[in-house]
Amino acid sequence: MSDNTTKEFTAASFYEYLKEGKFMGVRCGACGQLAVEARAICQKCHSTDVAWAEFSGKGQLATFTCISIVPQSMAEKGYGRSNPYCSGIVILDEGPRISARILDVDTLNPQRIKIGTKLQLDIEDLSENTPALAFRPE
Amino acid sequence: MTSPRKKQLGRSVSIVGAGMSNFGAYKEKTNRDIFVDAFMDMTEHMDNGIDISDIEAGYLGNYSADLFEGQGHTAPIVADWLGMTPTPITRIENACASSGSALREGVMAIASGLYDVVLVGGVEKMTDLPTEGVTDVLASAADGLYEVPAGFTFPGIYGALAQAHMERYETNLDHLLKVGIKNHNNGALNPKAQFNTTIKSLMERRIMRAKDRGEAIPAWSNELDFLNDDKANPWIAWPLRLYDCAPITDGGACLLLVASEIADGFTSKPIEIVGTGQATGRPLHSAEELTSLSATKYAASQAYDMAGVSPSQIDVVEVHDCFTIAEIVASEDLGFFEPGEGPRAADEGRTALSGDRPINTSGGLKAKGHPVGASGVAQVIEIYHQLRGEAGARQLPNKSPELGLTHNVGGTGGTCVVNIFRRN
Repeated sequence: MSDNTTKEFTAASFYEYLKEGKFMGVRCGACGQLAVEARAICQKCHSTDVAWAEFSGKGQLATFTCISIVPQSMAEKGYGRSNPYCSGIVILDEGPRISARILDVDTLNPQRIKIGTKLQLDIEDLSENTPALAFRPE
Repeated sequence: MTSPRKKQLGRSVSIVGAGMSNFGAYKEKTNRDIFVDAFMDMTEHMDNGIDISDIEAGYLGNYSADLFEGQGHTAPIVADWLGMTPTPITRIENACASSGSALREGVMAIASGLYDVVLVGGVEKMTDLPTEGVTDVLASAADGLYEVPAGFTFPGIYGALAQAHMERYETNLDHLLKVGIKNHNNGALNPKAQFNTTIKSLMERRIMRAKDRGEAIPAWSNELDFLNDDKANPWIAWPLRLYDCAPITDGGACLLLVASEIADGFTSKPIEIVGTGQATGRPLHSAEELTSLSATKYAASQAYDMAGVSPSQIDVVEVHDCFTIAEIVASEDLGFFEPGEGPRAADEGRTALSGDRPINTSGGLKAKGHPVGASGVAQVIEIYHQLRGEAGARQLPNKSPELGLTHNVGGTGGTCVVNIFRRN
C-alpha cells in the first residue's frame, strides 16, 4: 500500500493522483495515523515522518446533506432547487473520514438516504482538469 | 507541553459603552458608513460621554469586505471615518468569529498594561452581492481544498451536522424550526433586528396577501404548519430550510473597553469581562465528533475556569445560531444541557425569554441578523444591556441577571470564542 514516490504533500499532488485514478492519502511512520488530506505533519503525534498510502476507496456514509441553494459552479452544471445534489462525509474502511460528493442517491427524498450505506469511490470529473472525490452506493 | 499555570488576565477589563447600527439591508451604505452608525450610537449613549482622542487603540472584526465590496484594508479606512487617526487600529479576520476575536485582542491589549481605553467592533456589508455570490464568499471560510470541491456550502455543512444529530439522538425537523420561532419571538422585541417580527405575523401577512390578491388561502393552522410548507419555507440544504438559516445582513457593532480601575470615570454600571477563551477546530469531516463543535468545548472550558463559574451559574446567553441546529449543538457543547438534550430543551420552551435557560434574547443571528464580522460584538451588546437592566421589552422577566456568556463561531467550528461577563 505504501508508495515511495517523492510527490510533495500538497493538495495539488492529491488531486494529481486522483486524476491518475489513485486515491492516495498519508500514513504517519511514527504512530500509524492515516489521513486522506496530504499533510506533511501528523495531526496526532506531530511527526514529519509521513509517507503516501493508497486507500481502498470503500467506506460508509457517516452523514450527508442535499443542497438546493447551490454555489455558482454547481448552478452552471444544472443543479438547483428542482435538482439538488448530495454532499456527504464518508468514513473510510481504513478509519479516516472525508468530505465527498455522493452520487446515485435520491436527493429529492433525503429521508430515504441511509447513514451507514456502503459506498465505493467513483472519482468525478468536475471539469477536464479538476477531479473531485465522489462515492456511490456499492 | 501545556502550562499548569491558571490562565488569567494581567488586570481586569470592563465594558463601559456599546453601540450598534440597525441590522438589515442598506443598499446606499458601505461598511464605513455602517460602522459610523454603530460608533455614533455608542458615543451618544456613553453615561459620562467620551472624548474620541482618549481612545488609544482599536481592533475591528471584518470577514471579507475584500470579496463582498472589493475593499481591503478596512480597519484604517473605518478609523479615518471615525476621526481616529493616528490611533493604531488592526483588522481581525476569523470568519464569523472575527469580532469575537477582535474583542479578545482588545481585552488582552488592556490586560497587558499597554493601553487603558480600547475600541473593539465589527462590521460587514453583505448585500451588494446576489445570494449565489454571498454563498460562494461564505463557503470560502470552509476548507477550499477538501470541503468545497465536495460541493459543501455553509448551510450544507451545518445540514450534515444536523443530519448526524438527528441520526444519533431523537432530534427532529420540528425541534429545529422551534428554535427559529423562539428567536423570531425575541427579535420582534428588538427594534434593531433585521427581522423585527414573529413567524406568526409573517404567516398572517402571507395569508392576508393571498386574500387581497384573490389567491387560494393557505391552510396553515399554526407556525409549524407554515414552516413545514415547502413553498413558504423552501429547502436550502437538507434538513435545513430557509427559516433555519440566519439571513444575509449589513450591520456594525462596537464596544468601549477600559481598564476596570478607571471604569468608574465612564459609568456607574461597568460590565466586567471575567472569563475569555478561544479554541481552534477542524473541518467537520475530521472533527472529533460529527454532532458537536469541539472548539466550543475547549473555549468554554477556558472561559469557565478563568471566571471560576460553572454553566449552571450563567443567567443569560447569546450563542452563535447561524443555523437552528447550531444553537442546539452550542447549548449542549457549552454545558447547559447534556448531549442530545438540546432539542427537547428547545421544544419545552426552556430557552425562551421566560424559560429557566434563556438563549438569544436579542433574537440571535437568526432574527437580529448576521453581518458576519459584526456578530461576535453584537452578541456582547445584548449581554451588556441585559446585565445593566437596559434590554427594554427583552429584559429577562424572571431574574435580575448577574452573569452572561457569549459564544461566537467562525466557519464550522474552525474558530470559537467564548466570553463571560459579570455585573459588579
